[in-house]
Amino acid sequence: MDVFILQLFNGISVSSILLLIALGLAITFGLMKVINMAHGELIMIGAYSTYLTQNLFHAYMPSSWFNWYFVISIPASFLIAFLFGLLLEVSLIRHLYGRPLDSLLATWGVGLLLQQLARSVFGAPNVAVTSPSWLNGGMRILSDVVLPYKRLFIVGLVAACLIAMYFYIYRSLEGRRMRAVMQNRDMAACLGVSTRRVDAMTFAIGSGIAGIAGCALTLMGPIGPSLGTYYIVDAFMVVVLGGVGKLVGTVLGALGIGVFNTMFEYWTNASLGKVLVFLCIVAFLQWRPSGFVAMRTRSLD
Amino acid sequence: MAGYAAAAVALFAAPMFLSDFRLNLLAKFLAFAIVALGLDLIWGYTGILSLGHGIFFGIGAYAMAMYLKLEASGGRLPDFMGWSGLKELPLFWQPFSSFGFAVAMGIVMPALLALFLGFFTFRNRIRGVYFTILTQALVIITTTLLVGQQAFTGGTNGVTGFSKILGASLASPDTKRMLYFVTVLVLIAVFVACRYIVGSRFGKVLRAIRDGENRVRFIGYNPAMYQMVIFTLSAAFAGIAGMLFVLHVGIISPSMMGIVPSIEMVLWVAIGGRGTLIGAAMGAVLLNWAKSEFSTSYPEGWTYFLGAMFVIVVVFLPNGLTGLLGKIKLGKKRRVTKNEPTIEYPAM
Repeated sequence: MDVFILQLFNGISVSSILLLIALGLAITFGLMKVINMAHGELIMIGAYSTYLTQNLFHAYMPSSWFNWYFVISIPASFLIAFLFGLLLEVSLIRHLYGRPLDSLLATWGVGLLLQQLARSVFGAPNVAVTSPSWLNGGMRILSDVVLPYKRLFIVGLVAACLIAMYFYIYRSLEGRRMRAVMQNRDMAACLGVSTRRVDAMTFAIGSGIAGIAGCALTLMGPIGPSLGTYYIVDAFMVVVLGGVGKLVGTVLGALGIGVFNTMFEYWTNASLGKVLVFLCIVAFLQWRPSGFVAMRTRSLD
Repeated sequence: MAGYAAAAVALFAAPMFLSDFRLNLLAKFLAFAIVALGLDLIWGYTGILSLGHGIFFGIGAYAMAMYLKLEASGGRLPDFMGWSGLKELPLFWQPFSSFGFAVAMGIVMPALLALFLGFFTFRNRIRGVYFTILTQALVIITTTLLVGQQAFTGGTNGVTGFSKILGASLASPDTKRMLYFVTVLVLIAVFVACRYIVGSRFGKVLRAIRDGENRVRFIGYNPAMYQMVIFTLSAAFAGIAGMLFVLHVGIISPSMMGIVPSIEMVLWVAIGGRGTLIGAAMGAVLLNWAKSEFSTSYPEGWTYFLGAMFVIVVVFLPNGLTGLLGKIKLGKKRRVTKNEPTIEYPAM
């Protein structure tokens, strides 16, 4: 029982990070049919932003404030990744609309450039980010089961991001425009929605969320230039499994992959667990080729 | 035609002009050109992007490496198995002591894996980006599996330490030259086979699938069959290339077949020019030559260059260098005949 609860919690914890990463991917793919392989590097940018915030606090703030740097670093990493995303969209992605495979290659190139840039600026070795002391320790729920505060915090952070995204997409004017463009770009444009603006905003927000994911990852261990590449393929699998166009699909996809991955890895071993998850995904796609949730559409392609 | 003949003659004459070291490099690049040809068949001609060709390449390479390792160990247990505590040769290793079996497996195993993935995706119309992501996931799990099962696969270090092939020493220049000629012959055979496929009725259907899969379906073809066949064939070519690669390089490890090498293979085709066979082959040789020239002396600059290349090729040169050359030629002709039909690459 203890083991089961612990594994379930670990699964949810992994899922929550995957979800944070996949959110941006699912939205940009659903909206623009663009696959952003540089998404992992936006995570890396978020993580290094946190690192920089920490260093700034170390250097210029009284040491009693140091514990609160993390509160600042979340919006900071969002903002920096947001700006990078905006720049990327305006300079490159904009020219690749409707060409998913081409965009995949080009953004892979951007990812390589950003990774090398990080290596030149921060050096190739990993750097450590000190977690604030109020996140050390854990919550004891059963005699043997201790849930680390760090992981709980991440789950909470992801839940907050998810709720914010929900309100943005389904309850705000911007969000309504976004859904309109997603359903029918030409018609939305005819009705006066500035599709370019919507695309740029959406891409930038997706990037910003990746930045937050990077910030959260600093709690889990040291960070390096190739931080994002560990997660990016899994995050894409979430998009494939969850389908595009609806938040709930991405949530289900992330939960499915995260929980099953942890379970299988516990039952077998790390490498076989991955194989089983992959086979499960392929099997699932036999049943629902476009994932959990698919947008209903009459168009063929 | 004259151009192809000249290229073939140049390849056969190369050993007379190149040092042994350079010849070995060229042989490696020619093996890569075989992968590029296979990749071009599915990406350039059928419009399916596979980021999993490193795996097919790697499986071919491992099959050959297993044979070479057994040959080098001469009846004893391969060294890395002893380090991992294995007492006797695993059952699935045993038949690899036969050269013929290893070669057959190097072709059949990648083909079967591709058929497996193709069967479960193309029939359900899982295609485009979804398929691409699945191939990438395949790469990840295969490499983790290879690293994880260290006792059977050599783990991160891969398989190396070969000495002989069919009794001939791998280190001797004569064997190396022989292997070079074998590679050239295989490359030419694969090239001719690709030419034949592309020019045939089958090849026409492939291009039709690339340009409008649903139209092809409505006309009454079953695109899934064509996609499966060409994907399997392309994986088999990659397997052949992998076997040759191991013979020239003398090592195969998971890092040579992972995500990064797989996507670099796509870049070879993209730079050379997808949708033209000669472009794909040239792209592989050219880019790898550049890599061996620059990446050791300027490792940072090379990564920047590689990253920039991905962006530049996609945005400015969708048809690669061959497309660029074609445009220049077309531009010259334009002055004579204004109504030259231009071939636009469809957005994919």
